[in-house]
Amino acid sequence: MWKTLRQIARVGRISEPGNSDRAAVQAGVNPQIRAELLRILGRALAVRVVDAGSCNGCELEISALSNPYFNLEGLGLQFVASPRHADLLLVTGPVSRHMELALRRTFDAMPAPRLVVAVGDCAANCGVFGAGYAGCGRVADVLPVDVTVTGCPPAPADVLAGILQAVQRRV
Amino acid sequence: MRADCSIMPVDHQTVDALGWVALAQRLHEQGARLLTLWGCDTRPARGGFTLFACWLGAESLTLAQLDLAPGVTHYPGLHERFPVAERLQRAVRDLLGLQALGMDPRPWLRHTAWPPDVYPLRHDAAPPAPCGPPEAERYAFVPVEGEGVHEIAVGPVHAGVIEPGQFRFSVVGEKILRLEQRLGFTHKGVEKRFEQLGLREGVRLAARLSGDSAAANAWAYCMALETLADVRVPPRALHLRALLLERERLANHLGDIGAIGNDGGFGFALAQFSRLKEDLLRLNARVFGARYPFDAIQPGGVASDVGAAAADMLRAQAAVLQAEVDRLKTILDQHEGLQERFKTTGRVRPETARALGMLGLAARASGQALDLRVLPGCAPYARHQVKLALAMDGDVAARVAVRFAEVFESLRLCRELLDTLPTGAVRVELGDGIAPGLALGMVEGWRGPAFIALHSTPGGRIARCHPHDPSWQNWPALEWAVPQDIVPDFPLINKSFNLSYSGHDG
Repeated sequence: MWKTLRQIARVGRISEPGNSDRAAVQAGVNPQIRAELLRILGRALAVRVVDAGSCNGCELEISALSNPYFNLEGLGLQFVASPRHADLLLVTGPVSRHMELALRRTFDAMPAPRLVVAVGDCAANCGVFGAGYAGCGRVADVLPVDVTVTGCPPAPADVLAGILQAVQRRV
Repeated sequence: MRADCSIMPVDHQTVDALGWVALAQRLHEQGARLLTLWGCDTRPARGGFTLFACWLGAESLTLAQLDLAPGVTHYPGLHERFPVAERLQRAVRDLLGLQALGMDPRPWLRHTAWPPDVYPLRHDAAPPAPCGPPEAERYAFVPVEGEGVHEIAVGPVHAGVIEPGQFRFSVVGEKILRLEQRLGFTHKGVEKRFEQLGLREGVRLAARLSGDSAAANAWAYCMALETLADVRVPPRALHLRALLLERERLANHLGDIGAIGNDGGFGFALAQFSRLKEDLLRLNARVFGARYPFDAIQPGGVASDVGAAAADMLRAQAAVLQAEVDRLKTILDQHEGLQERFKTTGRVRPETARALGMLGLAARASGQALDLRVLPGCAPYARHQVKLALAMDGDVAARVAVRFAEVFESLRLCRELLDTLPTGAVRVELGDGIAPGLALGMVEGWRGPAFIALHSTPGGRIARCHPHDPSWQNWPALEWAVPQDIVPDFPLINKSFNLSYSGHDG
């Protein structure tokens, strides 16, 4: 146990609060968005992620938001397991025909008002995969998209900026 | 025309249906593993379809080519000797309409995206219909009957930030009796997509078959293309490719060890290991220009060189990671609660691993001594004496132990590759005269061997490209790992394998 505690002490606090401010500036939104978010919602922003056919690269970078540097939860954002708990939907991938129904059902299960952020080049424009016999296009062809984040894969800070931008539109 | 592979000799045999069966039987007796199975619509050239099967033996690949006569769409199934063939045959049927005798009649990669009588890889397939209203699929999961048995349906959307797929558990109380998977949700039609690309462009798609294995797949693709082009990659470029591949292995192992610890109830592990992974990605961004340098490996070499200052940073990071992971490993090893969760959980015994033809780290954790990097022809690894990580227990603990051993070995390799970095160019041009033919590329990625079969046209385009992810072998092994364990241990077991959906679904 003491080794665990010593390791925690050795590393110290490494989360970078500046990330959210930089992301806010990058997104062109008020850096006080976090305070705004908490004032309006009275709780963390709940985010649901659906991979609609990605190569899993975007998932790696979305997961990175939970690491101690980005410390997503410390910023007042939280990934949730059910769409019924979610305020915002992150969608990755070109939408495969086999995932279209599950994606629509996830969106339909979210309470209004709800936000959609399309994450990555494939979500934005099908990327390298194009839309052949197995695809049904970009995310905006299936759901109303509030913000699109490009990149292959987009860096975590860009995903964060996209989320803040979407929230700013509604608050 | 004979197929070639630059790291292993290929025994390419053209056989008839009887020869196909006899060869399969002989290879099974010799202990070879069926790597993959694919078909080509060669009707325009010679009237019938062609089927290929590739086996991995101890020192060579065996490629069987079965030229079906015009009008013939049946061939002898391989599933009785090689269980992995069961799903591969269903994929060949869904995409090309060739039936293996005695095969499982259920679709595999096809759900509802295209009708059952349309085969997208045939040249005369009808153009895709526009997306209509999506339909739900009714898949015939195998029911388990008995007193108190019930089913838990999971997916395709999972609770966490992961890829989609369906799991059907048959359970009694919390004990798992049976797990059946339904995959194919992320099917993007990559094999068809390859046919629309030029040979040089194809690497961009190869790197995105499974984002966590970009270096492995891009390298495998380039290896096949460079064999077709008869080009030798400069030694410095090979070192840099290996460096990228080892850093990909490190990123995945570090992330997964943390996540496995977290699923075992030890959040500290996730915080610590995800910190180390982030350090690695940030240095990637500085040295290679991207956190995930998907396009770093290019036909003929690598996209950019690593200078002396960057090499120093990479070496310094390897030293830091060595000390950090060493310290964390001691903490995890001494955490009794965590080890209790790991030991005997999700066990695949060596004999089962052998029968299933498992590959990669999960196979090595079940006693299968197989790592392409130790092959004598595997440049640039052959000079660096890669130490193969092996464990016998086949449980979560064994997969964690193999991952730790591979982290330390990758860190050693990173330092050694940098210390012995040859001088010279990092890329050569591929000439215009790329011969029509077939070449194979194979690279030991972090999950296992990434395989690419590349057929070129006389005009320098992709005639057919068949990628194969080791997840094909290991997904069925996961079904064998969980019975008798409890449902709450499934996330832990699943994470210890961490298989690719996208790489499998294609």
